[in-house]
Amino acid sequence: MAMTLKNSSKTNPVGVIGVGSFGTAVANMLAEKSEVMVYARKQEVVDEINAQHTASGRSLDPSIRATFSPEELCESCAVLFFMVPSAAFLEVTRLFAPHLHPYHLVIHGTKGLAVQLDPGEALDTVKKLRRSQILTMSEVILQETLAVRVGCLAGPNISKELSLGQPAATVVASKYNEVIQQGQHLLRSERFQVYGNSDIIGVELSGVLKNIIAIAAGALAGLGLGENAKGLLISRGIVEMAHLSKALGGSASSVMGLAGVGDLVTTCNSQDSRNFTLGYRLAKGETLEQILQTMDEVAEGVNTVRIVDAFIKTAGIRAPITENLHRVLFEDLSIEESLQFLMKYPFSVDVDFV
Amino acid sequence: MEENYIKHQYAPILPKKDEWPVVKLARERKEFILKVAELSEERIIGLLGKNPDVLKEELETTLYREKLRIKQNPWDVDPDDEVDFWKEIKSNLLQLHAEVALSKTKRLDAYQAVLKKITSRYAEEISSNFKASHYKFTRRVVTYGFSRLLNAARVKGFTSFFSNQYTLQDKIQITGQTDQIRDLATKGTIVLVPTHFSNLDSILIGWILSVLGMPPFIYGAGLNLFNISIFAYFMNALGAYKVDRRKKNLMYIETLKTYSKEAIQFGCHSLFFPGGTRSRSGIIESKLKLGLLGTAIEAQRANFQKGNGEGLGKIFIVPVTINYHFVLEAPVLIRDYLSMTGQERYYKENDEFSTSYKIFKFLLKFFTKGSDISVSIGKAMDVMGNYVDQEGNSRDKWGRLVDTREYFVSEGKVTVDSQREEEYTQMLGKRIVEEFHKINRVFSSHLVAFVAFELIKAKNQKMDVFDLIRLPQEDIVVDYQEFKTGCQRVLDEIFALKTKGKIDAAPHLFKPMDDIIAHGLENVGMYHAKRPLIRDEAGNLTTEDLSLLYFYHNRLHGYDFEKLF
Repeated sequence: MAMTLKNSSKTNPVGVIGVGSFGTAVANMLAEKSEVMVYARKQEVVDEINAQHTASGRSLDPSIRATFSPEELCESCAVLFFMVPSAAFLEVTRLFAPHLHPYHLVIHGTKGLAVQLDPGEALDTVKKLRRSQILTMSEVILQETLAVRVGCLAGPNISKELSLGQPAATVVASKYNEVIQQGQHLLRSERFQVYGNSDIIGVELSGVLKNIIAIAAGALAGLGLGENAKGLLISRGIVEMAHLSKALGGSASSVMGLAGVGDLVTTCNSQDSRNFTLGYRLAKGETLEQILQTMDEVAEGVNTVRIVDAFIKTAGIRAPITENLHRVLFEDLSIEESLQFLMKYPFSVDVDFV
Repeated sequence: MEENYIKHQYAPILPKKDEWPVVKLARERKEFILKVAELSEERIIGLLGKNPDVLKEELETTLYREKLRIKQNPWDVDPDDEVDFWKEIKSNLLQLHAEVALSKTKRLDAYQAVLKKITSRYAEEISSNFKASHYKFTRRVVTYGFSRLLNAARVKGFTSFFSNQYTLQDKIQITGQTDQIRDLATKGTIVLVPTHFSNLDSILIGWILSVLGMPPFIYGAGLNLFNISIFAYFMNALGAYKVDRRKKNLMYIETLKTYSKEAIQFGCHSLFFPGGTRSRSGIIESKLKLGLLGTAIEAQRANFQKGNGEGLGKIFIVPVTINYHFVLEAPVLIRDYLSMTGQERYYKENDEFSTSYKIFKFLLKFFTKGSDISVSIGKAMDVMGNYVDQEGNSRDKWGRLVDTREYFVSEGKVTVDSQREEEYTQMLGKRIVEEFHKINRVFSSHLVAFVAFELIKAKNQKMDVFDLIRLPQEDIVVDYQEFKTGCQRVLDEIFALKTKGKIDAAPHLFKPMDDIIAHGLENVGMYHAKRPLIRDEAGNLTTEDLSLLYFYHNRLHGYDFEKLF
């Protein structure tokens, strides 16, 4: 079955940039139907993939070829999946920019925000951020490259489960039907359902904002609180995400989908999530510095809290969970105090955004 | 301060009128109309999914709306046989309705035949009636007549009427990328997209294009303008096709779009007012009507499909802003805007431009008193909003070569994807608005109006615009010193933006502030019966018509200068 499909579409290979855990999982899923070429930055990883069909120990489909030349990848592939951690996203995008053409379809799977600061400012000190200074990953691609047909992947997609072939689903979001259809065509399988959404900003924001709530969920677990508290947090979290998403140019309805509610529920129950772990350890009494020292990758939610907090202060809107997390992370408020504050906060209406 | 504007007349790019695309089009007018009618028919059938029932319903809707329009909103220009035509369509439809025995394909064919009648009629209605001899005559009359008036007014003495000391080009200053537009006109097809504040704009642009030595452009002019005989003559002479804003049915709109697309593909340089209508508020267009703009993108894609997208098949978008001290229609426009009724549903006849006499009176005033107009020609872009260089090659932000064709390529071929092209049209619309703001040329009158209105607003913080315009005039006084400081603050900000290339400023803004203010006060809305801004006996500022002040103030909206108050 897999063979016939592969032969029927004798088009260009599909490109995957980045072979971290998610990139590897996506490359393997793509390889079920199409020829796949992956890009890795280090020569030894490229050699490892081509010789042993593993990337940093994770196994890859033997048909996958690797290259460390952005030019070769862009010349060979018309559809590219950017599976790069958000900290490296801008750098990798700039590396690829000279080789990207308007005919390329680019789908990214990165959850994060980039900021454009005025000269002399830094993210830890910045007080005011306008929307125009905040970029989602698709906005980074549009700004830095000639590619315009851009999409994103988001949803509850824990790499470990995907690699085991457990059933899951994702959203491909793009303004272009063409991109959604390509994404569905390439990724859909018996075990993997692919939904489409035209609100790319809303979907990207859902994936980003849920990290804030995930830290809070970890903190509740660390305090030893139960399921009632978690239910309360998730439902208030959704409301906050919807308001923030609207303020940043997404639609509230995307928060209700797979990339919002779907991913949030998964992350708030997952011990593997870095954001959840960060919250958990905070509640156990460690400081942010101590935690960050022992984490090999930054929990994305920390940056998101900073950016969103500066944005809401500039835009003059309220987001109680984010504001309180900001005070816990950066202003020495204790978790218990912030919880008390939230319990007293006058939320009077249950749902006010639909 | 010396103005850096174009003072000489350019040689024509194509001296022989037989080479003008418009003339070629006029020669093949019949075939062209036929082609437009057929393509529109195909397009509509495609949109309605080849379904006879849907087509029938659409035909009935069109018939109903057209009958209503004829009854409720008839115009002088409407053809006499209009009633008969739609009667015939009605009887055709009734006949078809009675024939129940027909098969699905037969019914589709029958309804399509009715559709064909309608698109053929619309295509004929829309089509321009360009005559090269009329064009040349008009151009000569405009240039000669205007420069006589101008010199009579400005140069003193008995022979002044025949003096050539001042030409129209001193009055209407052309700045910006004039050489580029001339170069590109021989390398591809130009689509000019100007801002739109006055009915005078189309004639003005027509004249400017001829000064630049460009062959005539075709453009869509509101059919209402053809009600006025003087305008009708000018419009026809300038190659206008007719846009009837009363007809909002699918069949008309699709025929209009097809006409525009085919004309661009034919190689005719075109002119769209992308705002769709004159700016009611005086604000530079920020939301564009994308329908006609989309036809430029479609035409570009179609040219690429035929393999002639490079060279003459490339389409260049050139934004233009027209800057006035004074807009004749301002009182009507702003009243429309404030009452929110005039959303172009029914065109009001009591416009300042409603009779030839009023227009003549305006022109006389315009040329005998000193109120300058400047026209800024922006940098040319491809249909995706990338700037193009002198050779017509698209360049990205970093100066790298861009192949515009690749935007339309999927899996190696140019493909038709209307959803994609809709998105591209929106992107292009945004780029045009951005360019408008960059090339917009600030005049002293815009500055004084903006500052005065913002100061009045700041004094009455709890009021919105609608409350403000109801304020009694005695209550509105702005202290001169405060006003002057305000002007300086905004001017500093304007110059800061100008160094970043985000706005342009007229040379008279480099004079001392008191001179700028005097110049501004003298010019702002100078021919209105009620002046938007004057100085009282104490030397402070007051207004005779706050809504007019608001109109002229709006010209500087969209740059965030409001935050200075």
